Amino acid sequence: MADAAVAQAARSGTDDVRPLVRVEGLAKHFDVSPPWLTRVLRHEDRTLVRAVDGVSFDIPAGRTFSLVGESGCGKSTVARLVVGLYNPTAGEVEFDGVSMANLKSRREMAPIRKRLQMIFQDPYASLNPRWRVADIVAEPLRAHGLMTDRRAIQKRVGELLELVRLSARDGEKFPHEFSGGQRQRISIARALASNPEFLVCDEPTSALDVSVQAQILNLMKDLQRELGLTYLFISHDLAVVYHISDYVGVMYLGRLVEWGTARDIFRRPQHPYTRMLLDAIPDLEMSGRQRIPVAGEVPSPIHPPSGCHFHPRCPFANERCKAEEPKAIATPAGGKVRCHAIEEGRLTEEVVQHALGRD
Amino acid sequence: MAIAPEEIQVSPGLFGRVIDGGRRFFDGDIFYAFKKSPLTIAAFVVTVLMFAIALSAHWLAPFDTMNLSSLNLMDARLPPIGWQFNDGGMMVDPDPRFLLGTDEQGRDLLSAMMFGLQISLEVGFASVILAAVFGTLLGLVSGYAGGRVDSFIMRVADVQLTFPAILIALLIDGATRTMMDPDTHQAFKLPILILAIAASQWVNFARTVRGSTLVEKNKEYVQAARVIGIRPSLIMIRHVLPNVLGPVLVIATLSLAIAILTEATLSFLGVGVPATEPSLGTLIRLGQNVLFSGMWWLTIYPSLVLVILVLAVNLLGDWLRDALNPRLR
Repeated sequence: MADAAVAQAARSGTDDVRPLVRVEGLAKHFDVSPPWLTRVLRHEDRTLVRAVDGVSFDIPAGRTFSLVGESGCGKSTVARLVVGLYNPTAGEVEFDGVSMANLKSRREMAPIRKRLQMIFQDPYASLNPRWRVADIVAEPLRAHGLMTDRRAIQKRVGELLELVRLSARDGEKFPHEFSGGQRQRISIARALASNPEFLVCDEPTSALDVSVQAQILNLMKDLQRELGLTYLFISHDLAVVYHISDYVGVMYLGRLVEWGTARDIFRRPQHPYTRMLLDAIPDLEMSGRQRIPVAGEVPSPIHPPSGCHFHPRCPFANERCKAEEPKAIATPAGGKVRCHAIEEGRLTEEVVQHALGRD
Repeated sequence: MAIAPEEIQVSPGLFGRVIDGGRRFFDGDIFYAFKKSPLTIAAFVVTVLMFAIALSAHWLAPFDTMNLSSLNLMDARLPPIGWQFNDGGMMVDPDPRFLLGTDEQGRDLLSAMMFGLQISLEVGFASVILAAVFGTLLGLVSGYAGGRVDSFIMRVADVQLTFPAILIALLIDGATRTMMDPDTHQAFKLPILILAIAASQWVNFARTVRGSTLVEKNKEYVQAARVIGIRPSLIMIRHVLPNVLGPVLVIATLSLAIAILTEATLSFLGVGVPATEPSLGTLIRLGQNVLFSGMWWLTIYPSLVLVILVLAVNLLGDWLRDALNPRLR
């Protein structure tokens, strides 16, 4: 059912489902300058880390949008911006038609807070070690005043723990009594307590071993089907992303370089960076084939390269790539890509094959 | 699988939790580390004994030294049991009623020391609790809020750190002495002393708690609470505070020893507790006036008790610091 809708969306280039979350020109610059006096003495300007620099995407209700990229590309910062842990430097996040930038006070935020929740990367740090699991899971219920009766809360906590395939009796234990995978389930139970529609998952599986990763991912997919959840999924693991996503955005140094449906990104990647990432996935059937090696390192976001951020590592870069920032253009499949080479038609299959030494 | 409400285990009440916590404590690493260290056990026993004596001084003390009418000059200048005292060419034998001898007014030294211990501990505890509460709160706010609030509190702390407790106490004492009439000044001496000692100690608490708070506030459970929408004040108290209290306990114990010593120093200098409530430090000061006339016991015994008390509390604090440090386990 979901697949059909996605395929339909891919054909028409749009999704019929209303966007639950809209991210528009989102940017976050961190000030990492030395103190004022030091700056004055050394005649330095402020130093900014452009962690996120103008990112826009929509997430249709009930779908999963994944952000992928190398470490330090700003994907976790996007996650924190979307849930409001950081205030954006520019741009805005719109949730169900309401711009979060307009919600200044905590009271105005409260109705939205209930509807969006977050799952964190490190299951060992995301649960307060001094709290019992039942209290951890019940925290959103109590915080939003959804329930006040002790027995009702207990019942709901039991249900939530069962929902994530734990036992209701586990509520009496402390977090240190659980394994990493079980803790991640507790995290999910807490996130689900206030009946949210939208979950931001910041690398929820990267701290877990592979067999447990699959369990958590399948649980998340099941929950999405049962509860109609919308996910913003952050990961650097493309196999995980392929498994769970409807839409994928590829980030490089604070910018989205290519985005579209998961099927298109994985089957017909356009951007040289996307191709490079996908070529790095180990593949048993294709062993021994030529790959574009993942060359070079991510440049520092304090001094990002001019023009297209990717040009120092791109085999197809020319002078224009060094000077001018590429605009987003539509791909034949209905996605978007930012690349001068594609825009100019320079990036034909022949050229790519030649770069791989396969012709 | 659906679960019926009656299947859900009702969480244990307060009593259950206390029993539970007790069992965990005695099975836990800390109690194990305690059992393994005879020195710590000795320090613990001495400390508890001192506390017990101080608390029950009113019942234990053979004489009520606070009551001036009970004093008899005939009992003055008696040496401790087992010693003789050459009082101006006349040999004085000890009196069995006065185990540790008497002072020039015929006050029983043992009783005076019991009351003195009580006052020393009172001042020590009061100042440490005051310093711990203020220091912890300021450190918590400083670390959690960051930015200008943090800079402000920490600069105040830096300034505070340049003033030793003795200087602060002398300053406050001098200032209040000129502002108040002597009677009021006497009445306010104890609170002022406690304030002065606390003022010199809150910085330790604030700095440590700030450091731990900086670590804790970036942990994901704090961010999770923020995403849920918990008020910052509640996050600080319910999430961060319980996780930064470990070091506070250690500093409190070590500070107690320092506080007792500071109080003794100040009382020795005469700016400490009022003369009507002599602490161990006061006793030492009064004793050293007559030290060279041969009445050594008035200085030696209170000093000995002070040294043993401070040593025991310090050993306990040291052990606690090691026991709570996961890297040393």
